Amino acid sequence: MAFKIASSPHLSRSLQTSTVMQRVVLCALPGVATQCYFFGWGVLIQVILAITVALLSEALVLKLRKRPVTDTLKDNSALLTALLLGIAIPPLAPWWLIVIGVLFSIVVVKHLYGGLGQNIFNPAMAGYVMLLISFPVQMTSWVAPMMLTSQPVDLLGSLQLIFLNTSLSDIEAYKLGFDGLAMATPLDTIKTDLSMGLTSIESFSRAIFNDGFGVGWFWVNMAYLAGGLVMLKLKVIRWHIPVGVLASLFVCASAGYLLNPDTHAGPLFHLFSGATMLAAFFIATDPVTAATSVRGRLLFGGLIGLLVYIIRTYGGYPDAFAFAILLANLCAPFIDHYMKPRTYGHRSRN
Amino acid sequence: MNEYKQIALQGLWKNNPGLVQLLGLCPLLAVTATLTNALGLGLATMAVLIGSNILVSLVKTFVPKEIRIPIFVMIIAALVTCVQLLVNAYAYGLYQSLGIFLPLIVTNCVIIGRAEAFASRNSVLKSAFDGFMMGLGFLLVLAVLGASREILSQGTLFEGADLLLGDWASVLTIHLWHLDTSFLLAMLPPGAFIGMGFLIAFKNVIDKKLAERTPEPDVPEVTRARITKVS
Repeated sequence: MAFKIASSPHLSRSLQTSTVMQRVVLCALPGVATQCYFFGWGVLIQVILAITVALLSEALVLKLRKRPVTDTLKDNSALLTALLLGIAIPPLAPWWLIVIGVLFSIVVVKHLYGGLGQNIFNPAMAGYVMLLISFPVQMTSWVAPMMLTSQPVDLLGSLQLIFLNTSLSDIEAYKLGFDGLAMATPLDTIKTDLSMGLTSIESFSRAIFNDGFGVGWFWVNMAYLAGGLVMLKLKVIRWHIPVGVLASLFVCASAGYLLNPDTHAGPLFHLFSGATMLAAFFIATDPVTAATSVRGRLLFGGLIGLLVYIIRTYGGYPDAFAFAILLANLCAPFIDHYMKPRTYGHRSRN
Repeated sequence: MNEYKQIALQGLWKNNPGLVQLLGLCPLLAVTATLTNALGLGLATMAVLIGSNILVSLVKTFVPKEIRIPIFVMIIAALVTCVQLLVNAYAYGLYQSLGIFLPLIVTNCVIIGRAEAFASRNSVLKSAFDGFMMGLGFLLVLAVLGASREILSQGTLFEGADLLLGDWASVLTIHLWHLDTSFLLAMLPPGAFIGMGFLIAFKNVIDKKLAERTPEPDVPEVTRARITKVS
């Protein structure tokens, strides 16, 4: 009787890259649906466009690099990158914005560094940052939630805005016609108000904050939180990074709020605004670019939370997750170097 | 004549100051936002490089080895001052748009590098030719990077050529397409780094293809007769 001899590791996991990526995408769907509900068809159109461009460009680059095309396309990583970038950009942004962003993410950030597993930066976030510094106007005019506009944009209107009215002036005219279609995000509003000398309580009395959170944003964040908890349950991600991000953001925001409640937004507002839950569960946990050990992951998450609070409060950009995650990605190898877990049977270094 | 061919090949391709030696990156990345700026700085650098190579080659026998670097730097600084005053007098617009990077040619490593590595060891004619070729190689890299960044960011080519060449040159400006929003990344320093990376990668690809095409020369294998016993 012949025994099969295999090399270690002897305990194999059934989860493959494609399955992991697929589950992340599926868990993000409730959040995407909520975003569609509050911000209209634009979200869906951007996501579909992003996925199409991502798959095409990935196939093209793989062909150029003489790698197996279909096998690599099936690992769903390009799909996930495109999905994250598609929901991160303003829903009614012109079509070329997402095309440029996805091309940069896939071709430059991912494949020029050697493809999946070799990239040092999170592709979706690097693409987002590239778009944000290249096209600040388009990237910061977010759509108002459907409830606050007198006449929400329908599917045809969204398509027209995204694909036909490529010039900015046309969009401005369209916005005026629809009575303030674009508006600043809650994070942006409160930052502007605070810089103008209003207190945070005065700022929160605006229409965009109906219950202490931005309209729509609370439920979007809740949906991503739910998706993230399902991912934890499915063991797609570990709890350390999300907990690190949220705890550090909560602690920083509480400290600021307790010191001076008039000029700082509260901790819960920080946790349920902007991209907090999406970034904490879906983006920061990217297995390629995050730290890998247990303590390292906690530190990595904590660093992101701290940076987000600093940039949101003192920086010039409304939301900060893209910058915070890229900076933390830069630190990840360093964190991993100093946070090596003790090997069994050896003493710890100090 | 073969030696001069070699110098030209070194300056333009094999040892290109921009693409291979990666010297003078600071002006290379900072002023290449438009083709006009790139050409202006490239020409100024080339003029200084030729001048400094000639002068260093002329004085090479009198200069004590121990203090050669300060002397080379003084020669270069004098030449840069001349070029700066000339640009100030005849191309004031360009002088303003190049700003601090014109006097900073003094610190450009290409120039001191060529003075030390080539001009202080070779004849005047060869040094002048080397200065010209190295300057031309640098100028070409600047021009390609400047042109591509200008096209990407504004959709124009040779914007503001009249600053460099006089009023008649405004006809040289080509509007390739009209952009409502300029692509800021190409205009900003990160875009220069990314563009430079692409240029270097492109050069490496060409080198690799050339190397594949030329068959490797047969090197006779060196065999040695064994004189000790094996076992």
